[in-house]
Amino acid sequence: MAEIVSLQSAIRAHVHDGDAVAMEGFTHLIPFAAGHEVIRQRRKDLTLIRMTPDVIYDQLIGAGCARKLIFSWGGNPGVGSLHRLRDAVEKDWPQPLEIEEHGHGDLSNAYVSGASNLPFAVLRAYAGSELPKHNKNIRFIECPFTGETLAAVPSIRPDVAVIHAQKADRKGNVLLWGILGVQKEAVLAAKRAIVTVEEIVDNLNAPPNACVLPSWTLAAVCHVPGGARPSYAHGYYDRDNRFYQAWDEISRDRQTFLSWIKKHILATEDFSAFQKVLRESAKEQLV
Amino acid sequence: MSAANYNTTEMMIIAASRLLTNGAVCFVGIGLPSTAANLARLTHAPDIVLIYESGPIGAKPEVLPLSIGDGDLAERADTVVSTPEIFRYWLQGGRVDVGFLGAAQIDRFANINTTVIGDYKKPTTRLPGAGGAPEIASCAKAVVLVLKQSARAFVKKLDFLTSVGHLDGGDSRKKLGLPGAGPVAVVTDLCIMKPHEVSRELTVTQLHPGVTREQVQKATGWEIRFAEIVQESVPPTENELKVLRDLLHRTALAHGQAPAA
Repeated sequence: MAEIVSLQSAIRAHVHDGDAVAMEGFTHLIPFAAGHEVIRQRRKDLTLIRMTPDVIYDQLIGAGCARKLIFSWGGNPGVGSLHRLRDAVEKDWPQPLEIEEHGHGDLSNAYVSGASNLPFAVLRAYAGSELPKHNKNIRFIECPFTGETLAAVPSIRPDVAVIHAQKADRKGNVLLWGILGVQKEAVLAAKRAIVTVEEIVDNLNAPPNACVLPSWTLAAVCHVPGGARPSYAHGYYDRDNRFYQAWDEISRDRQTFLSWIKKHILATEDFSAFQKVLRESAKEQLV
Repeated sequence: MSAANYNTTEMMIIAASRLLTNGAVCFVGIGLPSTAANLARLTHAPDIVLIYESGPIGAKPEVLPLSIGDGDLAERADTVVSTPEIFRYWLQGGRVDVGFLGAAQIDRFANINTTVIGDYKKPTTRLPGAGGAPEIASCAKAVVLVLKQSARAFVKKLDFLTSVGHLDGGDSRKKLGLPGAGPVAVVTDLCIMKPHEVSRELTVTQLHPGVTREQVQKATGWEIRFAEIVQESVPPTENELKVLRDLLHRTALAHGQAPAA
């Protein structure tokens, strides 16, 4: 059964230095509040896994939390580059970052096979591509039935999966909807899972076939309204496109980035304090 | 009726949109492909089925998405499925007619680089990476590429081959055993290129109005071939241009950007 606890306690109990951590959310329901708490608690040497490491992983990488990144597309969606990711890959700042890159079909399959307790995923791709030359975790196998050559990738089995969802009930059962990405698969592939939610209600009123993660599949559920901002939560709030654009400027320069992290994340107590400081910064046009 | 005033980017988007037929199932990348695909939906191809890799199938966005997973895509789609399902059942399952992609670099056989500029281990520019392109390039029945033409993007040799086009030309792609036919057209702000029937080398088949062969050559990093008969693109119609500009205008307003004058 999931414990309903504060985000601070959940991160303290379940995310350790050196862990493989998957924070998922395909541009929707990105667990930003949880990412900030990992930075606040100064976790290090993490292997970060995520199909689309956007601003949330740019923050974690720049803050020095990551040793390795497993991903399939690393950009600021609709804006451009992730400057902290690029600085780590191109110039080893703030430390070298090992990267292991895949394609989306490949990584999403690897989550499915992880959730299925299988050793690897199989797909039809990569013939002719140079990615397998640089990633020893993309290999080719022969189908035992037809002889066809297919690509194989090892399953993803994170130590911890972290996602954000719309609702939980008081027992810690979680309901999410809209664009679901690989959140369900990430949770079921992981050894333990943390979910932050917009609200905790008496009854989920989930229709049959809705995406519900039962409480007993989760380690912790945390009530963090707005916890996916600046991404969006379908039915609750829209994506803050201005922040994604502002991030381009904030993250471009190391010192600007460091002072932003210090002021907004390290010097704030929690996500609600962060949001307050962020609103003040926005008023001063500093974001 | 054709429009008098349009720019080369508009010509590119409109030329790309015309390649999509009504009813086609189209797997859409973000940016220029998404703009062209939605223009097609709003003009000659109202029944086109747009699939985005984040999960929406039959997406009908009111404004262009800034990210691949904007809420509007889900809100107005026929259905929204998980990302593994998109790639496993719909793309690999063989249900996608056209993969519509962009690229940072392409070569004469329409192979794509979206990974790095420079050496892989010590890149001068780290690009976002593969996304869904390697799987789309493998499994979509056909691929259409849309990108601006320059000698930096159209290179003799890719710094990295992320997603396969026609590999080394001839029957080399066929030998890989992939289900899809690969790129069938590359649409740029200057022209349209199609792979030669036998060599599979990109060949200019259509020049946009006012564009010269020299201009195309100057913006290409290899000696570009021209088809025996090179046609001139039909200029944008008043309607195409109006629909495109309206779409871009309401998109800018919705995303809090200043609309273009």
